[in-house]
Amino acid sequence: MMSSFLQVLLDGLLNGLVYALVAAGLSMIWGVMDVINFAHGEFLMVGMYVSYWIGFFLNVDPLYSWIAAGIFLFILGAVTYRLIIRNSLGKSAMAPLLATFGLSMVLKNFCMNRFTPNFRLLSGTILEGKTISVGGAILSVPQLVTALFALVVLGVLYWMLKKTRLGWAIQATAMDSEAAELMGIRTENIYLLVFGIGGACVGITGGLMTSYLAVYPEVGSLFSLIAFVVVALGGFGSIPGALLAALLIGLVESFSGFYVAAVVKYVAVFAVYIAVILVRPRGLFGW
Amino acid sequence: MNTKKISDSIWYLFLAGALALPFIPGGIGNTFHGHVLTMVLLYASMAQAWNIISGYCGQTSFGHAVFFGIGAYGAAMAVVQYNSLPWFGAPLGALAAAIVSVLISAPCFRLKGHYFAIATFAIVEIFNRLFMIWDTVGGALGLDYPILDDGWLNFSWSSEKNGYYLGALFLFVLIFGIVRWIESHRMGYYLRAVREGQETAESLGVNSTFVKLSAMALSAGLAGLCGAFFAQYNYRVDPPMVMSLDMSMKFVLITILGGLGTFWGPLLGAAVLIPLQEYTRAYLAHLGSGVDLIIFGLIIIFTMIRQPTGIMGLIRRFALRDEDPAAKDGDL
Repeated sequence: MMSSFLQVLLDGLLNGLVYALVAAGLSMIWGVMDVINFAHGEFLMVGMYVSYWIGFFLNVDPLYSWIAAGIFLFILGAVTYRLIIRNSLGKSAMAPLLATFGLSMVLKNFCMNRFTPNFRLLSGTILEGKTISVGGAILSVPQLVTALFALVVLGVLYWMLKKTRLGWAIQATAMDSEAAELMGIRTENIYLLVFGIGGACVGITGGLMTSYLAVYPEVGSLFSLIAFVVVALGGFGSIPGALLAALLIGLVESFSGFYVAAVVKYVAVFAVYIAVILVRPRGLFGW
Repeated sequence: MNTKKISDSIWYLFLAGALALPFIPGGIGNTFHGHVLTMVLLYASMAQAWNIISGYCGQTSFGHAVFFGIGAYGAAMAVVQYNSLPWFGAPLGALAAAIVSVLISAPCFRLKGHYFAIATFAIVEIFNRLFMIWDTVGGALGLDYPILDDGWLNFSWSSEKNGYYLGALFLFVLIFGIVRWIESHRMGYYLRAVREGQETAESLGVNSTFVKLSAMALSAGLAGLCGAFFAQYNYRVDPPMVMSLDMSMKFVLITILGGLGTFWGPLLGAAVLIPLQEYTRAYLAHLGSGVDLIIFGLIIIFTMIRQPTGIMGLIRRFALRDEDPAAKDGDL
């Protein structure tokens, strides 16, 4: 009884950390530009495909190929900003959201068309099937590694935002882009960079996930919904808020899945989100 | 001739043409373009229903698949589980959709901007998953229609599809008629006042909560009726088919492409997107799956970048080019 409780708790926390990493990039983009990147889940899917194909053709383990996925997605994010976001910002409140929804359709169906809808899982990865036992609970090592990565990446992101000149420039742009511009900050470049970093975060996540998850064109859909909920629950561009919200979502998912029924876990996740958001309309940490 | 008269004559001409079509040989019958035209009318009606709350009243809902789905299940439950007629199920489903929409919206209207949008996504997901595990409504397998006699009584036809076309045309006239009426009456001014500035509208004595909730109920009820038609037309219903984010997005994208908050926008959007989707699916199938949706996605991106006010915005720009330049500012 006790050990199953511990197992469910740890599973929830690990999943929550992974969700936090998926949501971090989205949260940053939302916070700085007030844009919902609807293609976020598809960015994750692209990151997974990058590391899958590198593993498949070049035999490089996801433990290393996350770097390539991160770089690829940084570029994809920056290109998305240049071609789509910059041209739809400010035209109407919904234009960037719907434009990125169009992008998500293109990316998803392009992968469907090229790579077929089949599930693809890398075999023979370094971490494959490894588990460790913590006080009677069994944890999957690849998931643990991804969760630890999440902590490191979130830490670096938080440090960068709070302690570096670049981070201050990003914060200034988020607060008032016109004033930031007058202070000599090239807000255009900040936006480009924020979109790139947002892409890189989700690319790294996707790159690592291929060591324990199968990749297929629809893989991003659920993750992107959870990421939206995490960001909205955490509140407007707050990284600690996103981390806390992600852990809460991970715990709700694993506890409701284990103690109620596996089929209701996402009902519980979204219902908890709605319940919290009605009490705090701007999320847990929102202002 | 003033714009009102032009608009009126376009409306009646269009209706006369649409009504005459099934009586011309090869007009609808069992042809593929008959199917496409039926779908255009259906999706135009759905988009117009969405336009009431999101276009005229400014409350962008991404949750209309829920109301559409409840209506679809209303008709399907009556036919499949109760061996009754869709004529009883459809209005009950629409009523249920309206009630559910009010229960959901009353608390959610407090949320602003993206928070409201994401809350409506979450609600679609909740309903989708609840219907997936609810055995009474068929769970994940959905409801399959039994073989029924052709005709208006069962609202089902197996070869001659004129009946479906006329049904869709009825929905179209009903929903577009309601919106035409609203546009020129007190309710329409209230809706637009709430959209343009809720606080200002309230200061002038408009009960914005009541206006928003009644617009939502009407919009959801009409979306539910469209759902009932959709179930009849497809002869089956299951949660991913009717209660998915993709379905919700269709309401949004068609209206935005045509022109948000305009009377003709939903029809124009459907008249472009639906034939495009149906014909590319039929004729580009050799290129593999998903090509139709790639094209769909590219059009959405392009519209949002170049022409966010949609086709109506384009038409207005040309129509008003020689006229009062101040009128241009009223675009969208």
